Amino acid sequence: MSSSTASKNWTARLRKSTLESMEPEDLLPDTQPAYVASWIYVFGVLTIAALVMLIATGLVLTLEGPAWWHVSSVGHFWNSMHLWSVELFFVFMVVHLWGKFWMAAWRGKRTATWVTGVIAFMTSIVTALTGYLIQTNFDSQWIATEAKDGFNAMGIGAFFNTLNTGQAILLHVALLPLVVGVIVVWHILLVRRKGVVPPIDNDATIEGGAF
Amino acid sequence: MVMKVDPSKKWSGPVRSYDIIKEGVIAVVVVALLAAGLSLFFSSPDEKAVTLKSWANTNAPDFVQTATGELAGTTTSAGYGAPYNHAAKGPTLGPLKLQDWAGVRIPVDPATSFVTEPLAIFNDPAANDAVAAWNAASADQQGKWANAYAEALGKATDAVSVSDTANAFGPVPDMVSALLVMAKTGALDGALTTSDTPLPTNFTKPLLFLADSEGYFGELAAAQHLGGDQWGVMNETGSWPGQSWLWLFSLWYQVEPFKSSGNADTLVMTLMGFLTLCLALFPVFPFIRKLPYKIPIHRLIWKKWYARKL
Repeated sequence: MSSSTASKNWTARLRKSTLESMEPEDLLPDTQPAYVASWIYVFGVLTIAALVMLIATGLVLTLEGPAWWHVSSVGHFWNSMHLWSVELFFVFMVVHLWGKFWMAAWRGKRTATWVTGVIAFMTSIVTALTGYLIQTNFDSQWIATEAKDGFNAMGIGAFFNTLNTGQAILLHVALLPLVVGVIVVWHILLVRRKGVVPPIDNDATIEGGAF
Repeated sequence: MVMKVDPSKKWSGPVRSYDIIKEGVIAVVVVALLAAGLSLFFSSPDEKAVTLKSWANTNAPDFVQTATGELAGTTTSAGYGAPYNHAAKGPTLGPLKLQDWAGVRIPVDPATSFVTEPLAIFNDPAANDAVAAWNAASADQQGKWANAYAEALGKATDAVSVSDTANAFGPVPDMVSALLVMAKTGALDGALTTSDTPLPTNFTKPLLFLADSEGYFGELAAAQHLGGDQWGVMNETGSWPGQSWLWLFSLWYQVEPFKSSGNADTLVMTLMGFLTLCLALFPVFPFIRKLPYKIPIHRLIWKKWYARKL
């Protein structure tokens, strides 16, 4: 296949931008650059670990339906696990975000990595909100009636009705975890492909002012 | 020797041993233990949901006052606008009428949806006659009846009904009293949740009605420190930590000019959208992207690496 033909071939382009853009050692490394030696690096993997816990505990909660945790101590425990995983997830994610900011981690053509991280953060917030809406208790009732005004004011409430528990359940359990998952995987692949950004004063391009 | 590298190029300097799978497994185990420990020690809050039935049985005067307000068109829902009705244009952002432009996609006419339609399926001849009289009257007459009754209820302390000595209330007292009976039995909850589909998954109507209450729903929320002036939805019921991801949204509602603005929702949501866009664009903002160089926190992060070079 000629190069011009290959450049128009969707399959070839996908292969080139994915499989051929990364060595197996990039995806599953057994070495790291020597400068990757700080506790701040732990918060990225802790965020992913908290997301794994969120999915796992969320799957347990799906087994008996949204009202299970109100009537079962076992269900209440798994709801608590889900709630505390959310709290940990956001704490880890925010520390990770600030750490990456002070590293200027967007250097070396890593802007897309930064932007996918911000998108993951924002979609996680929407996912968390829908989680609070489907608690089917007083808290969820109050949050639904308060949050509706913000969404309505922007014209979003006509399509995402916080008072519609059925809609919130489907968004929280199906669509939004899928969106967050895809963005997080994309973010991780970008990190693995570009590598961990080197220390700032080792950056040869600083002196020229380019990033 | 200072080693200069291009950060966009693959690292070819010294490396250290690393096991990404082992790190991931350890992280999951650590987070699982942390979450389990926190769950066992602190559990999670679960304040029971309220209903129109619990409202009517706990604070009947407030229920009656609110139901009369729905007929008079003086409640929040009755004057809301899109996406529920055409009663108002809603908040705007300069020339942008975002709420209004989205249209009435979730139709709710409180007088009809919360009062007359439920009463129409309630097996009470007096209530049915009252609804028939209400429906036969002009909008102007309906407003006069409902407003007169709302005013009379407002003057009577904790009253669930007021005698119509001046013949000024029309069928309103009968309608509202019947609705109270219906609510106390729980029939109104069923009527509002099944008015569109027989199996309820959508609680828009009962929640809008509840949210119109001034003496029940709002007071319960205030007791749980959930009020708008108490950092609102960021808080959790009971003594559990609030929702950390909502503090920035709630913050703006506590400070001027948002605090006293009638357009606070639009302003806060717009500001948060703008701030989010700024966060995403940090890498291209000239001043922001230089901050990590000017404030050398990276010296702490890469302390070992910098020490190694020396």
